[in-house]
Amino acid sequence: MNSALSAALSVGFHGLAFAMVLYLISVGLSVTMGMMGFINLAHGVFAMAGGYVMTGLINDHGAPFAVAATAAAVAVALASIPVERLLYRRLYGGDELDQVLLTMGLVFMSGAAAHYLRGPVQQPLRLPHSLGGGVELGFGEFSLYDSLLIVCGALLATALWLGLERSRFGAQIRAAVDNLRMAQSVGIDTSRLFSLTFALGSGLAGLGGGLGSNLITIAPGYALDNLVYFLIVVAIGGLGSIRGPFVAAMLIGVADSACDYLVPQFGAFFIYAMTMALLLWRPRGLFGRA
Amino acid sequence: MTGGTGPDARSAAIEAFARRHRYRPAEALPWLAALAGYFLFPGYLPLAAQILATILFALSADLVLGYAGIVTLGQAAFFGAGAYTAGILAAHGWGEPITGLVAAAAAAALVGFLSGLLILRSSGLTLLMQTLVVAAMLAAAANQASAVTGGDDGLQGMEVWPIFGHFAFGLYGRTAFFYCLVVLFLCWLAVRRLVHSAFGRSLTGIRENGARMRAIGAPVMGRRLAVYTISAALAGVSGALVAQTTGLVALDSLGLERSGTVLIMLIIGGVGRLYGGFIGVPLYMIAQDRFSTVEPVYWYFWVGLLMVLLASFARGGVLGLIDRLWPRGR
Repeated sequence: MNSALSAALSVGFHGLAFAMVLYLISVGLSVTMGMMGFINLAHGVFAMAGGYVMTGLINDHGAPFAVAATAAAVAVALASIPVERLLYRRLYGGDELDQVLLTMGLVFMSGAAAHYLRGPVQQPLRLPHSLGGGVELGFGEFSLYDSLLIVCGALLATALWLGLERSRFGAQIRAAVDNLRMAQSVGIDTSRLFSLTFALGSGLAGLGGGLGSNLITIAPGYALDNLVYFLIVVAIGGLGSIRGPFVAAMLIGVADSACDYLVPQFGAFFIYAMTMALLLWRPRGLFGRA
Repeated sequence: MTGGTGPDARSAAIEAFARRHRYRPAEALPWLAALAGYFLFPGYLPLAAQILATILFALSADLVLGYAGIVTLGQAAFFGAGAYTAGILAAHGWGEPITGLVAAAAAAALVGFLSGLLILRSSGLTLLMQTLVVAAMLAAAANQASAVTGGDDGLQGMEVWPIFGHFAFGLYGRTAFFYCLVVLFLCWLAVRRLVHSAFGRSLTGIRENGARMRAIGAPVMGRRLAVYTISAALAGVSGALVAQTTGLVALDSLGLERSGTVLIMLIIGGVGRLYGGFIGVPLYMIAQDRFSTVEPVYWYFWVGLLMVLLASFARGGVLGLIDRLWPRGR
């Protein structure tokens, strides 16, 4: 009995860490897709880029962990601005098919570019000694790395929520998601808002990809292989919300971790079946707007 | 066909409709090109057979995407269902190819009908996700049922009998080539007839404005389900053709990459024009055959770049470009 309980705790803990990574990567996707109605299949590219920056800085240049994580977020956010301005912007409000084509093209290009620059092998994240071990929390021992992910994810989720609810910028984002035309006509510069939101979302994805690179390994196929997971989080959560992807990431992260432990062969199948059932029950996601 | 409502106007409208859908000389071009290819490049018949089978796959995608406006990332579900049906039959002692095709079409149509029943009420991202998840579920199931499907190693031991007990699938791919060509031709006739019928026109109407079609009394869900099922059957035939002519079925026949690349090939040619696949598939597959043998990974870089450029500058693909250069009176 005791061992079952401790197994459940450790599975839940690990699932929570995975959920935080999924959340960091997907929240920006949810907000930008909700705001611009743009089907963006290339969001994983930014997470992958963050992963490469972070693992590269730590493994090749011995940069401190926190510096590398910050650099990953900032570099990806900055790099995403020209992508949005030059490529995405032309297709806002356009044909879904063109959006799928453009973003799938970016996924293919990024995979080949990553292969060219860093080779076909996985890039493991070399953790500093202080993060290598476990921590004793009275009811079991948990990996410090997982704990760090959970703490980071919880802090950022709170910060995002406060920012969206309390700041002027957050109010503008909510206005644009709710009613783009009305937001424009009351004088919100939505063009600038799009760019900033996109950069913020991409930066968060870069941070999530970097911090989580021991959970979702960084390799050239990253953006394509994990595309389904990021999209599932967004679709289940509901477009344009911040709470939605959080709940969805918790659900998927813990379910995935539990399936891995209980029925390792059927893990992926259960996640897909659960997604299908949730989407049939709530086609707009758990927190999507009608 | 403007104004009047009398019998003259009615017959004039019917006449105009019939004239619009009459066979044009240019429509013989793909078939002449295929025959010319047979004589000019006898060494490439196996590749040509794969191209013909993939054109059928693109045709099935065009039906849902171009005519019914259903953006799908799960067309491989039906391709794979057909490929595995034909493959498993051939590996378990029933290698008759024509009945194999029929069984594959039926199995794929069943998958299409059942999944369509569930998902076709959705739209936008939700629908896209659901098509994707259907294919992903099938792939996970096929991976799991390795006793039947061979799992990661692919299906082993297919034995395909000669067509009509007479034309064996040989080393040079002549039988495979003509087999694929004839099946593609028959399917093309059927699809052409379908999209030019009243049913096909109503699909275009649903694509352009579903709410209005519902308002004038068209059974929107039924039409979408019908075309989704037909398209699934065609994709299943295409998968069965590939399985029978190569003797191989692997898990990638259900994968996201296959669903994605067929869209790319179709878009390169032009969507919603019936002939997009006939142009896009040969262009893509011949280029892939030329360039990807050197370094398959970098091939994807150029494909990706082409996709980005197409989406940004050349909407409508090759056929759209031709239309813009030589506008036809419409």
